[in-house]
Amino acid sequence: MKITLLSGSVVGTKTQTTMTIIQKKIQEQYPETSVTLLDLKQLTLQFSDGRNYLDYTDDTRFVTTTLMDSDIILIGSPTFQASIPGTLKNVFDLLPQSAFENKVVGLVMTAGSAKHFLVAEMHLKPIIHYMKGNLVANYVFIEERDFHQATIVNDDVLLRLDKLIEDAIVLTKAYKQVWAEQEASYDF
Amino acid sequence: MTENLNYIPQFDASKGLEFGLYTLGDHLADPHTGTLISPQQRLQNIKKMAVLAEQAGLDTFIVGESHQDHFVTQAHAIVLAAIAEATKTITLSSGATIISTSDPVRVFENFSTIDLLSNGRIELVAGRASRVGLFELLGYDLADYEELFEEKFDLLLKLNQQETITWEGKFRKPLRNAHILPRPLNKQLPIWRAVGGGPGSAVRAGRAGVPMYMAHLAGAAQSFKYTIDAYRQSANDAGFDGDHLPIATAGLFYVADTTQEALREYYQHVNAGLVLTNGQGFPKQAFAQAPDKRSILNVGSPQQVIEKILYQHELFGHQRYIAQLDFGGVPFDKIMKNIELIGNEILPAVKKYTAK
Repeated sequence: MKITLLSGSVVGTKTQTTMTIIQKKIQEQYPETSVTLLDLKQLTLQFSDGRNYLDYTDDTRFVTTTLMDSDIILIGSPTFQASIPGTLKNVFDLLPQSAFENKVVGLVMTAGSAKHFLVAEMHLKPIIHYMKGNLVANYVFIEERDFHQATIVNDDVLLRLDKLIEDAIVLTKAYKQVWAEQEASYDF
Repeated sequence: MTENLNYIPQFDASKGLEFGLYTLGDHLADPHTGTLISPQQRLQNIKKMAVLAEQAGLDTFIVGESHQDHFVTQAHAIVLAAIAEATKTITLSSGATIISTSDPVRVFENFSTIDLLSNGRIELVAGRASRVGLFELLGYDLADYEELFEEKFDLLLKLNQQETITWEGKFRKPLRNAHILPRPLNKQLPIWRAVGGGPGSAVRAGRAGVPMYMAHLAGAAQSFKYTIDAYRQSANDAGFDGDHLPIATAGLFYVADTTQEALREYYQHVNAGLVLTNGQGFPKQAFAQAPDKRSILNVGSPQQVIEKILYQHELFGHQRYIAQLDFGGVPFDKIMKNIELIGNEILPAVKKYTAK
């Protein structure tokens, strides 16, 4: 099972910290899976110009092909100007319309406060649905006060992250079985 | 009514819908066996396929230009020239020539040469490319994707209309009283515009009064009707006779004795082929809808495919249909079998019911 973690911001630390914690949890709790962290802060991406995702080069191609090759994608997004950051939207724009078909997608939102807590519902989920992703129903919302010195200090958040990972893996196993049965039923 | 300076290919309605084959020149392993034939063998097979198509009574054979991995027809005009030598009556065409990354003068010279050598059998379909690696390979800037096509396609049409030309543009040195030779047998080449995806490109084809080739990969046949309507409407709006401009459609095709056999044989080719050439496979669920008359995929038993093609003809009113039956490493014996079924069963029925 290939899990990709997408840290969708090039500034700040909350999203990056969260995704690094998730990476560690998966490595420890699910060693049979293979997990890759795509941290946009560490990568140089070009803007989408509409070409096929295979026609990009360097870091951009690495990001597109890693995402396309995943079973699970956990997306971490900060809250900028009452929405997701442009850097993350650009990643979606680099991919084909049905990029998340037959993939399970889980969401983590970070924010300075709870003022824009519906960003995931109103802005992020419609994009994932449009790109045919199978969303983990619940996402994790993490605020400024849950962090301290590059770690998460709210146990509730840490437990909810554990649940998000577990749900994503369980859902993926279930979906894979269902899809395999469905494909077999066509008999070709 | 605006005078249409483009050469419009004429179709004899009493002969019914024209039927052709097209290959994009993909060079892929047969997913059922893992066998990958040599590039030389693949090119020879393409030529042989054209000869068989002619023998089976098909009207057209088309070769596309692709410059990415897993393809062998980068020099598609040369492949067409070789096919012209091996055949006598079948109409030949490119499909598509990526005019954006070529010099229209050179393209015209090549194709009118093939036209003279083939006794006036060549046509040209110009397209914009779906994969864009060739822009860097051939020294162009992808940022100019649309502008390059529009300027060069327009120049190509002018070269077809005028033997001596004075022209100036952005992407090519000017032409001053340039004499464009050789001239095609029938004075002009039939030049079409390739249209895929949304109706934007179809609208431009209509506005220019140029015949249209419409590619269709999957989905409901009906949804492609919008593109056709947009084409005809924009041609009418521009003062051309949009209702009588020719339209050709192009899509995946495969027949076997039974529907299930056709699905079983072809699905792996399409799916594995698309993963390698496009980065995403073909969802099995969508492929499973092929037997439904309303699906645009012409895959099934000969009888089923006949019904589908007739249904599409009723919807689109097109003049030519071209089938892609060799995609994804289909072994040559299956290609032969398909051509045989087309010639013996599909073609006579399609012609009979579409002739007016």
